[in-house]
Amino acid sequence: MLLARVTGTVVATRKDERLVSNKLLVVRPVDPAGKLEGSSLVAVDTVDAGVGETVLIVSGSSARMASGMKDCPVDAVIVGIVDEVTTAG
Amino acid sequence: MQVARVVGTVVCSHKDEGLSGVTLLVIQPLAKDGAPFGRTLVATDAAGAGVGEDVFFVRGAEASFPFHPRTVPTDASIVGIVDSVYT
Repeated sequence: MLLARVTGTVVATRKDERLVSNKLLVVRPVDPAGKLEGSSLVAVDTVDAGVGETVLIVSGSSARMASGMKDCPVDAVIVGIVDEVTTAG
Repeated sequence: MQVARVVGTVVCSHKDEGLSGVTLLVIQPLAKDGAPFGRTLVATDAAGAGVGEDVFFVRGAEASFPFHPRTVPTDASIVGIVDSVYT
């Protein structure tokens, strides 16, 4: 799973019917210190996250295991809003 | 599976119900010589690991298997604590 920052939202009127009423957010991975790294991706939000928050992303086929995502065509889902990351040193 | 070092913890109070009660740890994958290799990631802990320990972890949908029959939405799980590695 990846730590990421929510940087934007996506509006798509025409989409797969199993994505209807799911919120789509633009997220960009961050390191544990909060520094942006890598490239942005679109993730389905299941936890009511908002722009600016640090979130936990599950990707690949595991994304379908998030609640309400069974059989949905998704490969990245926001499954948690991060309160705190503690790293050694 | 890959060897990694546990370097931190993550606290999420608002999360998918499948993740409740599951420990989230920040891990740094290690190369053959024990040096850090690639980016850190967050893994669910199925082995009772702690910060500073060397572990091995599994990626992909199989990462949820250790929690069977629960459905835990995870793509990386710590499945063992490394005592020693011989190469």
